[in-house]
Amino acid sequence: MSMTILDEPLSLSQSVSLRPEPFGALAYNFGNRRLTFLKRPELVSVVQGLDGSRSLAEVLADCGIPEHQWPVFAESLERLIDAEMIERPALAGARD
Amino acid sequence: MTSARPLGGSLIDQFELGLDAPICLTWELTYACNLSCAHCLSSSGKRDPRELTTEQCEAVIDELQAMQVFYVNIGGGEPTIRPDFWHLLEYSVAHQVGVKFSTNGFRITPERAQWLSRTDYVDVQVSLDGATPEINDALRGPGTYAAALTALDNLASAGFTDAKVSVVVTRENAHQLDDFKRIADDHGATLRLTRLRPSGRGADVWDDLHPTAEQQRDLYRWLMDAGEGVLTGDSFFHLAALGDPLPGLNLCGAGRVVCLIDPIGDVYACPFAIHDRFLAGNILRDGGFAPVWRESRLFQELRSPQSGGACSSCSAYDSCRGGCMAAKFFTGLPLDGPDPECVKGNSETALAAPGRVIPAASQDHSRPSTTIERERPAHACDDSPLTPFIPLESLIATRA
Repeated sequence: MSMTILDEPLSLSQSVSLRPEPFGALAYNFGNRRLTFLKRPELVSVVQGLDGSRSLAEVLADCGIPEHQWPVFAESLERLIDAEMIERPALAGARD
Repeated sequence: MTSARPLGGSLIDQFELGLDAPICLTWELTYACNLSCAHCLSSSGKRDPRELTTEQCEAVIDELQAMQVFYVNIGGGEPTIRPDFWHLLEYSVAHQVGVKFSTNGFRITPERAQWLSRTDYVDVQVSLDGATPEINDALRGPGTYAAALTALDNLASAGFTDAKVSVVVTRENAHQLDDFKRIADDHGATLRLTRLRPSGRGADVWDDLHPTAEQQRDLYRWLMDAGEGVLTGDSFFHLAALGDPLPGLNLCGAGRVVCLIDPIGDVYACPFAIHDRFLAGNILRDGGFAPVWRESRLFQELRSPQSGGACSSCSAYDSCRGGCMAAKFFTGLPLDGPDPECVKGNSETALAAPGRVIPAASQDHSRPSTTIERERPAHACDDSPLTPFIPLESLIATRA
């Protein structure tokens, strides 16, 4: 139960494309046709770094995000999971 | 173009500075139409002999794929009239450019509906401008209500989920919103309401058909109650001045997040602005779509800070930002003044002024016979594409 999202190896949903923009990026899910705006380039780097094998904490560290900001990023990633932009690989596997 | 640009702020602030590629791109594939709706935005009817070839259309799609334009809103004219329409649809989807197309429904046969239900990343918008044949057919022509309902039946029977019933709100149908919703619900479809624009042949009927001030207030309340279950494509952002903003982005996206490619490759600032004044370039003459989007003088101008003009002192300016550029232009109002349907009544004097000049159309593909029974073909995108839109806070998007 002590496992948090920071420990999880997340990945970008297979049906999602990211498009870099001056303000950050657009994320579009071809499956549910949802569009989400990532407003900060740092968040874009984190999302691009998700590879389904490294934990979120490792990706945050690799992207140079200071540890005191991790909770804010974790919350954003939770929202992206709710919006079906990001997947928890275990869940994705269970769904297939 | 990504340098020297402030980060952060609201998304609207960012969008006003423009994007590397449009979010909502409308592509009118043909000016040919079997109908001649009275309010057609693109004055469609006859095919333009200069229409892009299949190969040229494929090249446009290749370019959209490279620019990561996630989907395109295809309209016309009636796009299904092009013999290569279904091929282009498949080509587009195979190149990661989803397709949302508008149709009057005449060609959505049971077989075609089956085919569509097997094809991924395709959305179908069936145009219907009255919840009864009388009201619909008066605007769109005899038999068009039946054709639209048959198309919706065929789609539902084929298991095509979530078709869109696309309605232009007029003075004649504004009291039928619940009925439209029921028609959509009965077909497992989603209702999409958009604004009557005085563009194309719409200029001829706008005075008589645009909703009254009271209808606008009722519409606003109805949309607020409906929430995100009814789509508007951000069509009604001028109503934001009535109170809380409607779902979606409340800004004019012309040349910033939205534009239109017409059947001959001309690029205009938005789907409601097919006029020389808003012509940014041509994809054949100017080396493709990307150079026009990124470098045209018109689009650069639209992305630079705009003056609120006469609206600057209005308490609602931050909500409606002066309304729709095209609606102002085609009613002969100044672009930096109030929208012709300003809910504060600030355009009434200007609309009543004797010297008001409606700009002449710069092109017209209407068939000669369209003056008596006019209607409007399916029209794409109406606006910015920002539904469905997820308002996310903090690091992710916030809606202004």
